[in-house]
Amino acid sequence: FFQYCLSGHPTLPCNVLKFKSTTIMLDCGLDMTSTLNFLPLPLVQSPRLSKLPGWVLKDGSTFLDKELKECSGHVFVDSVPEFCLPETELLDLSTVDVILISNYHCMMALPYITEYTGFTGTVYATEPTVQIGRLLMEELVNSIERVPKAQSASMWKNKEVQRLLPAPLKDAVEVSMWRKCYTMPEVNAALSKIQLVGYSQKIELFGAVQVTPLSSGYALGSSNWIIQSHYEKVSYVSGSSLLTTHPQPMDQASLKNSDVLILTGLTQIPTANPDGMVGEFCSNLAMTVRNGGNVLVPCYPSGVIYDLLECLYQYIDSAGLSNIPFYFISPVANSSLEFSQIFAEWLCHNKQTKVYLPEPPFPHAELIQTNKLKHYPSIHGDFSNDFKQPCVVFTGHPSLRFGDVVHFMELWGKSSLNTVIFTEPDFSYLDALAPYQPLAMKCVYCPIDTRLNFIQVSKLLKEVQPLHVVCPEQYTQPPPTQSHRTDLMVDCQPPAMSYRRAEVLTLPYKRRYEKIEIMPDLADSLLPLEIKPGISLATVSAVLHTKDNKHVLQLPPKPPQPPTSKKRKRVSDEVPECKSLKPLLSGSIPVDQFVQTLEKHGFSDVKVEDTAKGHIVLLQEAETLIQLEEDSTHIICDNDEPLRVKLRDLVLKFLQKF
Amino acid sequence: MPEIKVTPLGAGQDVGRSCILVSIAGKNVMLDCGMHMGYNDDRRFPDFSYITQNGRLTDFLDCVIISHFPLDHCGALPYFSEMVGYDGPIYMTHPTKAICPILLEDYRKITVDKKGETNFFTSQMIKDCMKKVVAVHLHQTVQVDEELEIKAYYAGHVLGAAMFQIKVGCESVVYTGDYNMTPDRHLGAAWIDKCRPDLLISESTYATTIRDSKRCRERDFLKKVHETVERGGKVLIPVFALGRAQELCILLETFWERMNLKAPIYFSTGLTEKANHYYKLFITWTNQKIRKTFVQRNMFEFKHIKAFDRAFADNPGPMVVFATPGMLHAGQSLQIFRKWAGNEKNMVIMPGYCVQGTVGHKILSGQRKLEMEGRQILEVKMQVEYMSFSAHADAKGIMQLIRQAEPRNVLLVHGEAKKMEFLKQKIEQEFHVSCFMPANGETTTILTNPCIPVDISLGLLKRETAIGPLPDAKKPKLMHGTLLMKDNSFRLVSPEQALKELGLAEHQLRFTCRVHIQDPRKEHETVLRVYNHLKGILKDYSVQHLPDGSITVESILIQATAHSEDQGTKVLLVSWTYQDEELGSYLTSLLKKGLPQST
Repeated sequence: FFQYCLSGHPTLPCNVLKFKSTTIMLDCGLDMTSTLNFLPLPLVQSPRLSKLPGWVLKDGSTFLDKELKECSGHVFVDSVPEFCLPETELLDLSTVDVILISNYHCMMALPYITEYTGFTGTVYATEPTVQIGRLLMEELVNSIERVPKAQSASMWKNKEVQRLLPAPLKDAVEVSMWRKCYTMPEVNAALSKIQLVGYSQKIELFGAVQVTPLSSGYALGSSNWIIQSHYEKVSYVSGSSLLTTHPQPMDQASLKNSDVLILTGLTQIPTANPDGMVGEFCSNLAMTVRNGGNVLVPCYPSGVIYDLLECLYQYIDSAGLSNIPFYFISPVANSSLEFSQIFAEWLCHNKQTKVYLPEPPFPHAELIQTNKLKHYPSIHGDFSNDFKQPCVVFTGHPSLRFGDVVHFMELWGKSSLNTVIFTEPDFSYLDALAPYQPLAMKCVYCPIDTRLNFIQVSKLLKEVQPLHVVCPEQYTQPPPTQSHRTDLMVDCQPPAMSYRRAEVLTLPYKRRYEKIEIMPDLADSLLPLEIKPGISLATVSAVLHTKDNKHVLQLPPKPPQPPTSKKRKRVSDEVPECKSLKPLLSGSIPVDQFVQTLEKHGFSDVKVEDTAKGHIVLLQEAETLIQLEEDSTHIICDNDEPLRVKLRDLVLKFLQKF
Repeated sequence: MPEIKVTPLGAGQDVGRSCILVSIAGKNVMLDCGMHMGYNDDRRFPDFSYITQNGRLTDFLDCVIISHFPLDHCGALPYFSEMVGYDGPIYMTHPTKAICPILLEDYRKITVDKKGETNFFTSQMIKDCMKKVVAVHLHQTVQVDEELEIKAYYAGHVLGAAMFQIKVGCESVVYTGDYNMTPDRHLGAAWIDKCRPDLLISESTYATTIRDSKRCRERDFLKKVHETVERGGKVLIPVFALGRAQELCILLETFWERMNLKAPIYFSTGLTEKANHYYKLFITWTNQKIRKTFVQRNMFEFKHIKAFDRAFADNPGPMVVFATPGMLHAGQSLQIFRKWAGNEKNMVIMPGYCVQGTVGHKILSGQRKLEMEGRQILEVKMQVEYMSFSAHADAKGIMQLIRQAEPRNVLLVHGEAKKMEFLKQKIEQEFHVSCFMPANGETTTILTNPCIPVDISLGLLKRETAIGPLPDAKKPKLMHGTLLMKDNSFRLVSPEQALKELGLAEHQLRFTCRVHIQDPRKEHETVLRVYNHLKGILKDYSVQHLPDGSITVESILIQATAHSEDQGTKVLLVSWTYQDEELGSYLTSLLKKGLPQST
């Protein structure tokens, strides 16, 4: 039982579990923080960005000035943004049998795995995960492909060159592994390998392992996974939430009795309270708009945005914002809003009840109907006609490196009336803003991360009591910037085992039993005997059949009928085929009863002698002696097979077979 | 011998008030709780007093499962749970849970408000009843209690229709509810994995029908509607608000659009828009095509189909009206039918099955003079057409499902006895499984033969599997172990481990046989001859000649001594334990025959 850790990002995990005879990949998250090292991709030619000076080394060398640009003291790669893939060298990924996806954010590396590693297995995910995951990928591909960049920088990646660069480029890891974005055909090919599953569905893998997704409460269709055999249980907890937002609540009870619990995807902002952040978000938004400014909300096209729209739905009238237009701009905006309304079965109880009425579960349907919320595939086309200021724009990408958000940053950045509000916790907002400096626009940081915090984790662990906890190393120590906060780490007994990128862990459990089925006719033939009060036993001699990792015991076939021809050999002439196993014996033989039995069976000349350890029973005429001791019996006789067999059977009557 | 008992309280050799009791491994499950469209008296509901004479239903039933929303499958539920009294869990899919209470309320209104019946369930009872419902996902394994689990499969018949697997240990039953094996314009086809249940309880509405291609039926339908409208006639299509209605609406909507027709299409009752809304919100339950395109075009937003007003029935000119209910037994469809029946230009198209006793059934069986309420005689001059658009599996479909699930027994319900008989024979012939068709109140008992799962110690299993695949499959190797049974745990361990766990010592049984051999040679030469002889015969065994002059064959020890009186005779002492009994016995008889001369 091994765990191969392919990603160092605690919220975008990628682990491979070798469990019994199966190889299971748990999530394939794509670390997109690498894009922060690149210049933004503007939709419309940006004079500011194109005029940035090339970066010059201290010694005055200018050979990198085409690849690297400097902006307000930071250096950026002027190239198509690239992503940091999960480790592909740690094990042969073509041997992965299945990939289990926990939520749509944790599947963004899927095309790299399924299309480039020789992967031939199956991917399992829930329907909302797949549908929304597809939207996220579509948006990503679209926002990168529609701004073709002639240049693809690679010189800076040279190890010798990278050493000379300023931080953070100097310290970027595995830059040679960074890859450009995949294409739509690759996304489609990857998604076609997914098999849809429902919560609490038991999926058999090769008869050896059963995997089950459980509701994790974090996003539409988000799941934790149980990986178990009859005797071992691994719980994979990834991106879970105990807050009541739109998804179905987290199923905690099913995580109980785990041998190992793998804990990933905790909140990235352990010190922020999501409810408080939502409040701040609303008040900052209202203040800016009232002052005549515009609000920009860089966001993903699904997830927290549904909750934000719901809050605004309740808030805008009371805050007097009824006439302010809300724009949601994304190539998948319409799909995301539509899809959110059809996953009734994956929603929290309140939303489900609305569907039963039947009403759309999310109030953004009403915002759209009343024209308060408008959605557009991009800033081109209809949007430019409808665009009115002041307004609120929701658009991607939260990294501020590509997507329509780049346009609005350039457009609104110069005015201090405008505000950009960061709600997605995946990127450091200061790093995200760096290539836009100097900036006049206000920046508000209201990260909303509904995933488990450390208090909730410790409560959860107390509740479900796993034997061992495994988690990324980041969770076993306080955050580097708050080293005194020992409460901001996973605290459990025994201490959690930690992992880091490119490490292989041996998981601590040992199994002693396996399930086997006894066929009914064999079961009927067994003769159970009560050996102690409440304990019975039966000896089983049976044929073992193993198919698809399932073991079955069958009645042994009847011995073949001896051929009827007269020339047949005597049975004893044949060399015994193989060692046929005889049962072990236990018990002891009381000498008096044994002698009585012998006499009953026609032995009239029985003589008993005492010895140090027991008795010797003599059958004088037959020149046979039987040594009886506490735990042994020895029959010594002439080669008189019928006699020996008779004595053997008499002895066996006193003994218990095992 | 363990057994599964099945008793239909309804739908036994009949269509209507589906309600089937199943007892499996000590658990009692009730499948569906329907009403009968053909009756207005006590017979409309199943006879629940059959279940238990004086005990509470809750004590007797472990759970109730509702397969889908039409009233012949859930119509008696509030009566059952609130008036007879049942507080246990009721399982159904999400769409069924959403739609079921609306149909029940509708049914209640017609019965109480229109027909003036008393002693019927109330709106509050419907609400209280629905509170006992637990919604299930497709393929989700629901643990009803520690032993009993159920799992829903897609059935395709109407939105949210499901087949249910009921499983206790190794024993299982699959109940199909109503299902359809061919995808249609808005739903997908039923699907089940090869779950090999002990019993498959299948509907058999179309037990003897093999329907022609769906395309032909649709073309025929559209042609008839079109012709009638062209000659200025009115078309009445009695439907149930949810189900076939949406299928036919999609069909007509696309046809109207393609042919650019102007005649109005109406859908009666206020339920329509609401009904379509359910389809929009539960679009994940529809077929692949609708699901894929719903963002661009939602198929349930109709352009040509408008809400019907009672007054429209008297409008001149052609029109098409979908009206509820589907069997012309009450309500608006019956009212419109009475208005239009006298005109031969008009047409009524019955798109689904009609239960005996309903007006629908009467006109389909050729009756043209109907006695209505108040002894009034209604003469039917309008054309009467029957077109099977019911989304039930036909004979071919039923056989296909049996092939998919591979049950050990089949039991037919929800069909007519004569037709069942025919299908039963066909199933028994083709699949060589027993097929049953109990009438209501009749119990069928099926013997099952479940495997017994036990825990085998890994040491024992590894010892057996380490030997690797057997060279000859015809001579399987025996495995030997001891089954320890304590309380309810069954463990198979090696005999050594069993002895150890029970704190018992092994008792060794040893045999030593004296075999006399005529051989004048010296002892060690005799031994060598014996050794060569055994070595030559026992090729598969380890035969060793030890330095102390003894021979071992596996763990059997052979020693030679000279006979005390006769030097020409050697005595071989062959000694073995009981565990080597076969080989020891064989060796003595082999040696008794003497040594070959030629060595």
